[in-house]
Amino acid sequence: MQSLYDNLKSLFALDGFEGQRPDLAFVNVSREQLRPLLLHLRDQEGFTHLVLLTAVDWIEDEQFQLTYLLHDRANARDVGVRLMLPRENASMDSVHDLWPTAATYQRELREMFGIDFPGSPRVDEDFILEGWTDLPPYRRDFDTLEYAQDTYKDRPGRETRDPALHMKEKLYPDGGDNG
Amino acid sequence: MADRSQYPSPGPDGTLDIDLSSGKYLKLWQGPNHPGITGNMAVELTVCGDEVVEGKTHVGYLHRGFEKLMERRTFIQCFPIVCRICVPEPDFNEYCYAAAVEELAGLEVPEKAKWIRALILEMGRINSYLMYLGGQAGAFGQGVIGQWTTYARDLMLDRFEELTGARIYHMFILPGGVRDDLPEGFQERMEDTLQEIESTLSDVYDTMFRNAVFKKRAAGLGYVDPAVIDRYGVTGPVARGAGIAKDVRKDQPYLVYDQLDFEPVTANESDVYARADVRRRDLLMSVDLIRQILARMPRKGEVMATLPNVLHWQIPRGETYVRGECSRGEYGYYLVTDGSGYPRRVNVRGPSYTHAMALLEKLIVNVNISDVAGLMVSLHTYPPEIER
Amino acid sequence: MKDEFEKRLENQPDERPKRQALRDIPIREELSPRTVRTPDGQEIKIDPLQDYFCQAGPTVQTPAYTKIIEDLFNWARAESLWILGFGTGCGAIEMRPLMTPRFDAYRYGIQWRPTPRQANLLVISGYLSVKTLKRAIRAYEQMQNPKYVVGLGSCTINGGMYWDSYNTIKCLDEYMPVDLYITGCMPRPEALLQGFDDLKKLIRAGKGEGANKYAENFEWYKANQKRVIKDWDMPDYNW
Repeated sequence: MQSLYDNLKSLFALDGFEGQRPDLAFVNVSREQLRPLLLHLRDQEGFTHLVLLTAVDWIEDEQFQLTYLLHDRANARDVGVRLMLPRENASMDSVHDLWPTAATYQRELREMFGIDFPGSPRVDEDFILEGWTDLPPYRRDFDTLEYAQDTYKDRPGRETRDPALHMKEKLYPDGGDNG
Repeated sequence: MADRSQYPSPGPDGTLDIDLSSGKYLKLWQGPNHPGITGNMAVELTVCGDEVVEGKTHVGYLHRGFEKLMERRTFIQCFPIVCRICVPEPDFNEYCYAAAVEELAGLEVPEKAKWIRALILEMGRINSYLMYLGGQAGAFGQGVIGQWTTYARDLMLDRFEELTGARIYHMFILPGGVRDDLPEGFQERMEDTLQEIESTLSDVYDTMFRNAVFKKRAAGLGYVDPAVIDRYGVTGPVARGAGIAKDVRKDQPYLVYDQLDFEPVTANESDVYARADVRRRDLLMSVDLIRQILARMPRKGEVMATLPNVLHWQIPRGETYVRGECSRGEYGYYLVTDGSGYPRRVNVRGPSYTHAMALLEKLIVNVNISDVAGLMVSLHTYPPEIER
Repeated sequence: MKDEFEKRLENQPDERPKRQALRDIPIREELSPRTVRTPDGQEIKIDPLQDYFCQAGPTVQTPAYTKIIEDLFNWARAESLWILGFGTGCGAIEMRPLMTPRFDAYRYGIQWRPTPRQANLLVISGYLSVKTLKRAIRAYEQMQNPKYVVGLGSCTINGGMYWDSYNTIKCLDEYMPVDLYITGCMPRPEALLQGFDDLKKLIRAGKGEGANKYAENFEWYKANQKRVIKDWDMPDYNW
């Protein structure tokens, strides 16, 4: 991967390069550099397969991290291109003209995270959820347990019993010293 | 050549201008439940006469929000839930999750555990291919193949039950190794099962692959151009049926595949018949791989590495991507940790995500309505892994 | 002595705070009442939700005139349970071995039918996401009386492994009348056969009253369904 890093360093301004395994490395880029970098990786370096496009919600930094994972089969190596987006009104340019399969990933990110990809085919349609009227579910500020308890009724008679509390009440029925 | 003068013709850029009020088109809805797919997925077809001019896929009937649920569970609480992401072939989820956690936590898996893991993955592959053969023949009208292959699959599920304790959801591969060693006499019983499967396969070959109706309907259907394989993210038998020998077990060997002898199986015609043949030969190769694994496995050894206290297991910050070759293609897990006891983000990349959405919408144009089911089964999609 | 279901029917105050919906879901364009132009030039007014569905709600089916005839009918219903072939979740994978000679269900008179019009048993096999719940209700309402529902797996009982998921329902009894539950994750085919045998005993004893329960408490079931299915585009009376 070192030769890859040397090739890229001369052409693009990379914010960071981390090697995770001998055949997997992660690269950080800025938003403007993403498309030229992807084109260079696909056409010159041989990373022709877009494996996945996903997002990670770093809510404490108020950012989304988008990861484009590319695979080069001839040399058996992967590179993950990482890009940070602000959480407010997140949107990004679409890459569906480079890889038609990216349209599906972009639809999912739009529905689950709320990251918009203007121009991607069918990106405004409902993908997985139907009749969803709440926050995009994969965001960290969406509490799934609270939503489930508000919307769906549990079967009555369900209770949880912490074993430590049970033993404490059994051994010290008068609420004695916490042993 | 059929008379196509009444059919609408595509415009200069190749796309068809579909005017739904002209009375020439009909919208049909195939799904969410029909014999052409194992799981719930729908295709909204626009047909003109007998041919499909456009298909739109609809998924989401099996969505449970796994990736969100895993963020609420600790690393050791995640592994029982992970196998339910892909219903007919659950072991790959367990392996990829365990491999990703081990890589980020720096655990070393003992040698015998790797052999047992490879054994389980190959057994799962055989089960999945048997189910596929039943579905593929059933989509073209041959119901008897499904009866035979489901029986053979039941025999293999007996071996799973003997080894792991459950038929479908095994929860056997966890970070650090596997739960238990092989029981006594497992090899002899496995050999009996494999012989039963081989005899079923030869019956299936005679009845299905040498059948004139299957050959006529399946040849030429669903042609996948080898040039678009990478653009559409196609992996597994769909790519191998187009002539590209793409097999993660050979390209980036994981577990013990670098110590086993096998060659990826390819075909050249890239239609439904070629892909079915690739899967059948792959099944026979898996049977051979299981025999090799059982012969070369070390007799004694630990099956589980020592884990830290799993109730308070914190993994340092990192991210990784682990892949494996399941029966449908490349299966991968992208795991991000942030130093706490819970995974930050787990993204499951199932092979059906690319096959059943963008590729299907491209292949379904100009297909006869009665062949749509056969085409969908030949891409071997399992909808639970599309929407997790 | 009231059973659990009747107690639940009585205590129905909905004091849980309703979540604020962040947006409205308008009815789909093809289901709204509008004027269309036919291919031969006429202009007609259509209203799909009214035109395509019967307006009568489900009615209670009374038992036959004498007990002996009702017993005969119940025996016939029990011995020919035809299952709708709709695999709603995980459990569909353990229904396939039941169609093969090893765990043969056909010898008990149980068949799988492709259409709800010919089926009288709906097996909810596993978890139900909200999207599938809408289709399952449609299928259930298209089946003809008398009909039965079996809940398979622990997800229908109390949510199972997805107890904190935002997309699966937690208690099937709220949305559809269930006659029998089969526990497990997954239940084995033998467990399924045992469950069907228990269902037959229930029907022969005259207790397979799920369809009548649905007709009697129709508003309660509909209110529960509408609470979770936010884009309600089905008519309220369905036959």
